[in-house]
Parts: sequence; structure tokens; C-alpha cells
Amino acid sequence: MKLALLTTDVALLGTLILVLLYFWSLRQHKLTSQRWRTVLKTPTGGSAAILLAMYVGVAGLDSLRFTAGGETFTALDKMLWSLRTQVETTYSAPLAAFGYAKETRYEAHGKVARDYPRLVYGGRHLRNPAQDRSRDLILRVARGGLLGVAGFCALLGLFKITRRCPHAPFWMPLAARRWRAQVMVIAALCVLGGVIGALAADYHLLGTDKVGSDVLYLTLKSIRTGLVLGVVSSLIALPLAVTLGISAGYLGGWVDDLVQYLYTTLSSIPGVLLIAAAALSLDLLMQQQASDFASLASRADTKLLALCLVLGLTGWTSLCRLLRAEALKLRTIEFVSAARALGGTQLQILFRHLLPNTFHLVIITTVLSFSDLVLAEAVLTYIDIGVDPSMESWGNMINGARLELAREPVVWWSLMAALCGMFGLVLAANLFADAVRDAFDPRLNNTLLAAPR
Amino acid sequence: MTAYLCRRMLYALPILLGINLLTFGLFFVVNSLDNMARMQLGERHVTQEAIEKWKHAHGYDLPLLWDATAAGTDKFTRTLFYRNSLGLFTFRFGRSDGGRDIGYDLRQRMFPSLAIALPVLLLELALATSLGLMVALLRGSYFDRWLTLGCVAAMSISSLFFIIAGQYLIAKLLRLTPISGYDDGFAAFKFLALPVLVQVAAGLGANVRWNRTVFLEEISKDYVRTAWAKGLTEKQVLWRHVLRNALLPLLTAIVVTLPSLFLGSLITESFFAVPGLGSYTIDAIQNQDFAIVRAMVFLGSCLYILGLMLTDISYAWADPRVRLAAS
Repeated sequence: MKLALLTTDVALLGTLILVLLYFWSLRQHKLTSQRWRTVLKTPTGGSAAILLAMYVGVAGLDSLRFTAGGETFTALDKMLWSLRTQVETTYSAPLAAFGYAKETRYEAHGKVARDYPRLVYGGRHLRNPAQDRSRDLILRVARGGLLGVAGFCALLGLFKITRRCPHAPFWMPLAARRWRAQVMVIAALCVLGGVIGALAADYHLLGTDKVGSDVLYLTLKSIRTGLVLGVVSSLIALPLAVTLGISAGYLGGWVDDLVQYLYTTLSSIPGVLLIAAAALSLDLLMQQQASDFASLASRADTKLLALCLVLGLTGWTSLCRLLRAEALKLRTIEFVSAARALGGTQLQILFRHLLPNTFHLVIITTVLSFSDLVLAEAVLTYIDIGVDPSMESWGNMINGARLELAREPVVWWSLMAALCGMFGLVLAANLFADAVRDAFDPRLNNTLLAAPR
Repeated sequence: MTAYLCRRMLYALPILLGINLLTFGLFFVVNSLDNMARMQLGERHVTQEAIEKWKHAHGYDLPLLWDATAAGTDKFTRTLFYRNSLGLFTFRFGRSDGGRDIGYDLRQRMFPSLAIALPVLLLELALATSLGLMVALLRGSYFDRWLTLGCVAAMSISSLFFIIAGQYLIAKLLRLTPISGYDDGFAAFKFLALPVLVQVAAGLGANVRWNRTVFLEEISKDYVRTAWAKGLTEKQVLWRHVLRNALLPLLTAIVVTLPSLFLGSLITESFFAVPGLGSYTIDAIQNQDFAIVRAMVFLGSCLYILGLMLTDISYAWADPRVRLAAS
């Protein structure tokens, strides 16, 4: 088994490590770490952070790519191996034991029967699915739920041991008002995880898609695509916005003129059109070089990277504008004059003095734009300029399932799974962004709600 | 005022030129024209001869920026940049790669886009403002908290969901409207109802939240405190003071979007098969018709810049403190 990381894998894992390093370095900065603690302490912010951590965890596992025996798989694939390999022939409803459409079957004595075929894997442990299925399902839900509760209790016990509070009962975090929402979210996730595990072991929990792949597996795999888009695009946009924005505001003169011209021009073009134009152009370029790619996966990966590049190169303008305005304000404040008087170079002033003081803006804007990027993926994929069709992504799932709504009975599970997966990630990101803004924006400080009434 | 407008127009020129250079670079420099011809001709093994023929037929067989072989001004005018990009400044859009007159198509398709975009704008404005005001009235209450949370949730739903759910529920199950399509004149109403509804619903979350922030920011200002101190009632304060002042940022935010109404909503139009500019663009992207995409990028940018100018004017018109100085 050999590690075989693609470019986006490296980018995503590298960013995760960078973020961890950032939080590690915060131990020295009292104020900033206190602000992050405020984010985690608010019920919505803390719950959203837990949910985001789950998503990031799945995406991280899905980025650890290995090759063995000519096959490429990720750590997540390894964990969900049965889901990956248990492929039916075509559509099947969630938790079904029978196929979606009637099939003709030729029996031994030349008889022809036409009915719903048994699924190869879904509910295959059942002798008589029509009778036993509902009992089996209830039992599994109960068993999985109990397992989840047990896991949650184990977590609480672990918490008690590590926190060394011998006299408190082990459910203390549940009773403490301050962390109740966060603890409840963890409990819910534990129970949900148990139930999903118990059901997905022998059923297709969310059904199967057109070629018979498990929809739950596809939904989990899509998380990585969404996160890569959000994270890598921000990673490309950030250095541009920060460097150009701060230097334009501080240096002024022709630098300011040039930067202003650049971002006014870029932001004058309606977003989707600019992205479409750039993506089309890159797409054409890649089609000509199609033979240069070692495999389909690496080609899809390059296409994803190109999309990130396009989104990043078109998405830096709003942050740049904010940073320029902030730097304009800061350059007249005493600490900058002091730094200059002490003989600080331009670079030192820009990156040692101005950057830390505008960093709250960077954090707030980046977190806010993340959810937009995830949502944009589905739309761009719909117009054919998004991710490669061979790559698992929510946009591709929605695109594939959209036309199946016209079928009778309706094939709704693929669509719902993709929309719910996306909704969870974007909601968590939005709530987290709100909490971050409340904690970091010095202007806000909750004065809005304190108005007299 | 006139001097100010002239200055703004002059400022717009270098920006539009930059946009032209950008799209020109994207389509002609990053990709060679041979690539484009090969893609349009569709086959894998296209002869060089066929490529040259296609380029000649579409007028693409010119040098990019500078023709050293020509005489006089032809050096500059007989180039791709002059023909394809500078022509846009006079709104001569030329022909699409499919051979149709782009300017004619744009004029035809403008109206269906407007027919969707205008009702959406008005409905959205009315709904979002009244809901936002209601939330501001009940600020800090449970209603406020849950509605704000609901807004965040609504913002987190993909716009595709609203479209698909609307088509499925209203058109397919309840059979109230056709699933998609378009008709001329007043018959268009039944085709337009659903797209308008869907788009209003999709934008409501973000708009109500934004309006709430604007209203709350206004409420925390000094003059509102004074109004309360004078002994005015809540109703008087909200309607006469807060709403009137908050409408300024709200209205001016809308003026920016006015010109882009012509562009229509890309996704909605495409899903509902409305023959507007949005679906025109999407078709062009899917057919990789670069001439149309280039024209739309230019048109969209023009309208955006126009919107910004309108915003400045409306600021000066609505807020007596703002003066548009010529210097």
C-alpha cells in the first residue's frame, strides 16, 4: 500500500495542517484565542463547529489516497469498503430489499415471470423480506441507537477522566447550562451515527442510483469535493486579496490606482459570466492536453483544481476592497507612525503591523464566502462548467437525479441526499460564520440588540 | 451634476477596455483559434484545411492585435481585437459562432427576462421589507430569534432545491401551472407565475436578514433615541423615523440590481425554458459559443457600471447631505 496523493489532496491536507498550526500558535495570543473560545461557547457557533469538524474529518479521510494492486482508494473508501463494492444493477429505494422496476425473469421450466427482483446486497440476510423487513429495521434502529447512547456515555466518561473532576457525576456536561447545546449535538451525532451504521451494514440506507452505486457512499464522497472547492479557492484568493489590499491602502499612489483598477474591472463582470468564461477557456485548454493525464482521476482532479483557480482568481475582489479601506484608516494611527519612526521597513509595517490588525476582516470574510463557494458548485455543475462528471459531487448527483423526478414512482432519494448533505455543510458554515463575526467584529459587540425598546 | 456624470462615463471607459482585454485574452490568447475551430468542428481528427476554412468563414483568420503586413490604419483595424472586441463599444455584437445575429437575439430575448425579473424585484422588495420591519419591531423576542435562524437556514438551501421543489410540488403534483415553457403576451402569465414565485422564495432568506440588520443598525442611532425620549410611540418611531431613513440604503442597494434585471436569472430561465437572456447565456456556454459569451460579459459589465452610476445619482437625490462634486 503506497501513498498516492493527488494535487487537491495535498492542497486540502496542507490547508488542514496550516489551520491546526494557526490554532496551535494562538496559545501565545490571549485576545485572539479568547475570541475563538467565545465562538465555541455560543450555542449555535459551538454546534456548527462540531458539525463542520465532522465534515472536515470525512473530507480529510477521503483525501488520504493510497494505491495497492493497481487500485486507488482513500482511507474513507477503506472504512466504507462494503458500501463501495456492494453495487446493485440500477435504482433501488432507500432500505429496499427489492428492485425499483419490474424485471422479466426466466425460470427453470421455461416459465416467464415478471416482478420486482431481489437486490443482490440490500437486505440479503432476510429469508422472507416482505414479512421480516420492518421487524428487522426496527430492531436495527434500536440496536444502533443504544450503541450510539453507549458511545456517547463513553465519551462523557472520557471527558470526566481527562478533566479530573472525581466528585462530579459523569453526565455533568449535560446538566451544565453553558455547554448544553454543544453536548446535545454530540449526543445526537452519536445516536445518528449508531443508527446509520446499523442500517447501512446490510441495506442501502439512502437507496442506489442509476448504475446501482450506494447513494450514502456517494454523498459522503461528495463532501470532499465541496470542501476542496471552498478551501482551495479561498486559499488562492487570500494571498492576492491580502497583499494587494493592504499595500494599496498603505502605500497609496500608483499602487493604489493599479489595484483599484484591477478589482473594479474584475468585479464589474457579473460573477457567473466571468467564471463561465474562464472555466470554458481552461476547459478547452485541457481538452487539447487530454492525453497528458495519467488517469481519469488525475484529469478530473486537474479540472477541479482549475475550477478552484478560477473561483479564487475571480473571488478576491471584495476582501481586497475591505482590506484597502481598513489599511487606509490604520495608516494614520499612531502605532504605524511609531513603527515608521523606529525605522521599520515598508514590508515590516505591512506584514507585522497592518496585517495582524486587519486579520479579523480576513477571517470573517473567508468564513462567510466559504458557504457561497460550496453552493456555487451545484449551480456551475448544472451549466456544465463545474466539476468533472466522473467525480463524486453534489452537483453531479443533483444533475443526474433531476430528470428522474419525472419517473413513476419518483426517484427522489439521490436528489434529497445531495441537497441534505449540502444543506448541512452550508448551514454549519453560515452559523459558524455568524458566530465568528459576532466574536471578531469590534464594531458589533452586540450593541445592535442592546437598543432600547 | 452633468460634469460629474461625464467624469464617471470617462472612468468607465478604461474599465470596459480592461474587460475587453480580459475576455479577449481568455478566448484568443489562452486558447489558440485552432483549438476553438477543432472544438466547433467537433471531430477528433480535423484537417488543418478544414480549420482554416472555418476560421475564414467566421472571420477569425486575422492577426490578433497588430497586422504588420497591412498598410496605414489597416495595421490596427484589420485585426481580431479591433473587429471582435472594440466593436462591442458601439454595441455591434456581430454574429455568433452559430451564425446568428447576436444583437437581434438580445433584443428579442430581453423582454421575457424583464417579465420575470421585474415582478421578482417588486415582490421581493415588498415582502422582505415588511418582514424585516416586523422582525425589527419584535427584536430580541423568540419570534425574532427563530425567524433569523430560519433565514440562515433558507440561505443555506441550494437555489436548485427551490426550483426543483417548486416544479415538483406546484406544477407536477398540484398541476396549478405548467412545468416549463413560454408564450407571448398575456398568455405568458401562467408560465411566469412559478418562476417568479420560486425566485422570490429563494432570495427571501438573505434579503430579510439583510433588511433586519439595516433596520437594527438604524434603530441604535442617536436620533431614534431622541425620538423615544420625546415620548413618541413605537409606531411613530418605526414608521416615521426608522423606515424612512433605512429605506435609503435599501433602495440604493436595489438600484444596482436594476440594470442586471435585463440579464435575467441564468438558472431559473434555463430550468423553466423561458427564452430570456439568462437561458441564452447558458445555451451559449453549453454549446461553447464564445462570441455570445463575450458579448454577454461585455453587456453585463456595462449594465453593472450603469447601475453603480444610478446608485450615486439616487443617493444624491434621496439624501440631501450627499453632493456630487465635479472636482
